[in-house]
Amino acid sequence: MGTLNNSAIEVVDLCKDYANEGRVTTVLSQINLNIKANEFVSIIGPSASGKSTLLNILAGLEEPTSGHLVIPTGNHNHRLGQIAYMPQSDSLLPWRSVLDNAALPLEIKGVKRRDARKTILSHLEDFGLAGFAHFLPARLSGGMRQRVALLRTIMTETQLLLLDEPFGALDALTRGEMQAILNRLWSDYKKTIVLVTHDIDEAIILSDKIYILSPRPGHIVKSLDVTLDRPRTYDAFKDPAYIKLKTELLDQLKPSSLLGENKGT
Amino acid sequence: MLKLIYRLFKFYGLSVMLLAILIFFWELCVRYLDIPEWKLPAPSAILSELLNNYPLFLTHTKVTAFEAIVGFLIALMLGTTLALVISISPLLRRAIYPIIIASQTIPTIVIAPLLLIWIGYGVTPKVVTVVLLTFFPIVVSTVDGLRSVDRDIIRVMLTTGANPFQIFIKVRLPASLPSVFSGMKISATFCVIGAVVGEWIGSSEGLGYLTRVSVPLFLTARSFAAVLVLALMGTSFFLFISLIELKLLKWKQISEIGFNRES
Repeated sequence: MGTLNNSAIEVVDLCKDYANEGRVTTVLSQINLNIKANEFVSIIGPSASGKSTLLNILAGLEEPTSGHLVIPTGNHNHRLGQIAYMPQSDSLLPWRSVLDNAALPLEIKGVKRRDARKTILSHLEDFGLAGFAHFLPARLSGGMRQRVALLRTIMTETQLLLLDEPFGALDALTRGEMQAILNRLWSDYKKTIVLVTHDIDEAIILSDKIYILSPRPGHIVKSLDVTLDRPRTYDAFKDPAYIKLKTELLDQLKPSSLLGENKGT
Repeated sequence: MLKLIYRLFKFYGLSVMLLAILIFFWELCVRYLDIPEWKLPAPSAILSELLNNYPLFLTHTKVTAFEAIVGFLIALMLGTTLALVISISPLLRRAIYPIIIASQTIPTIVIAPLLLIWIGYGVTPKVVTVVLLTFFPIVVSTVDGLRSVDRDIIRVMLTTGANPFQIFIKVRLPASLPSVFSGMKISATFCVIGAVVGEWIGSSEGLGYLTRVSVPLFLTARSFAAVLVLALMGTSFFLFISLIELKLLKWKQISEIGFNRES
């Protein structure tokens, strides 16, 4: 078994099959990951490569068909509640205000509503939500709603955050803004982040490490270390190292090169 | 309050005006075509009947309103409880839900006389008729409401460590309320119909009874007046439920109006 020192989650020989009307489809095959504490990792791949399934398994929403996971708390059978998860949709409760939506994880843990609200209030400014505490989600823009969702995710107070294309539905400018916020949170709150994305620039600008997933059945084609200096600014886009990484990723994600490796089922 | 009146006017102003025009023509036709009152009473005749026999109508209105309200409340409790049970247990859902749906194909008018035999002549069989007629929309809308929760929200709740009870209280229940209110609004109008059906089959009091006995006596205006009171009763039940909905589910309106309209 792998060493647990410094590791936020480890995935060993993970496979996932789905049985549908007698036909077995392999979604993920032989996935091995070792995600270190405080690391920012991106998983990138074409649609239907099983990225979301992988994230669901990490979160504990689904179980692998074979292989296993190792988490620092030891009991990998109880991942729910240990690992935070944020889907692409903001998933805010429409009847709860910004304040009460963000306070939800604290409430679930048994924190009194008043105390939970106080905690959230002290974080609002950090997330660019000052003055919006009592707004209902319907009154907010897409970017603002995603910030509330992000705050709620942070409030789970878990070390590891799994983000499933959280900015996929946002326009380019808002997305850039959200990436900056996420980057700041990651360093300020000392979290470990696993980000699923299909945006190459997003993956490079944010990550320490990028895993490339093949089309179904998804397996890891390549892992790349991003060694660009932090903090990264928009100047990074002009860095030759950035261009080299992007070229490499584009080559890997070219449909022809991935189709060539498709073993089928 | 002023805002509410303005809102009511905005929603219903046009239909009230249309109704007023129709009533005006009705009055004109009856007067100028010399239609006898026992055939078709003029709106004015209906109104004067109502005002002249005010105590009579009040007595019968009380009975019907009691049957409708009690029936509705029982249906509400029974319906939501049943819906809860159905949505908690898939096994019971498969066992009970089809039977409930099938039972609705039996016309209430067929069951009402049987209730007379089984339960008797008093208020109870009418309440039962109301329950039979009104609990179905409540069950269906509550079941749908409890199922309507977004999957991603549930996933977020699960990964936050929420247990099924917390997910139910904090997510499923509030999410189901708009749907429950839709069902309640349908039932609010049905409950008056249920009471009248019960009274038609056999009773000695209530507005349904009044309509039934007035026509053979050629007291057509009285029958019309009773119908008018019934319509007003059903409408006010509906408005009452809508009002509670308006107060309780403010978020729903804001969600529907959307981001760009501040109020």
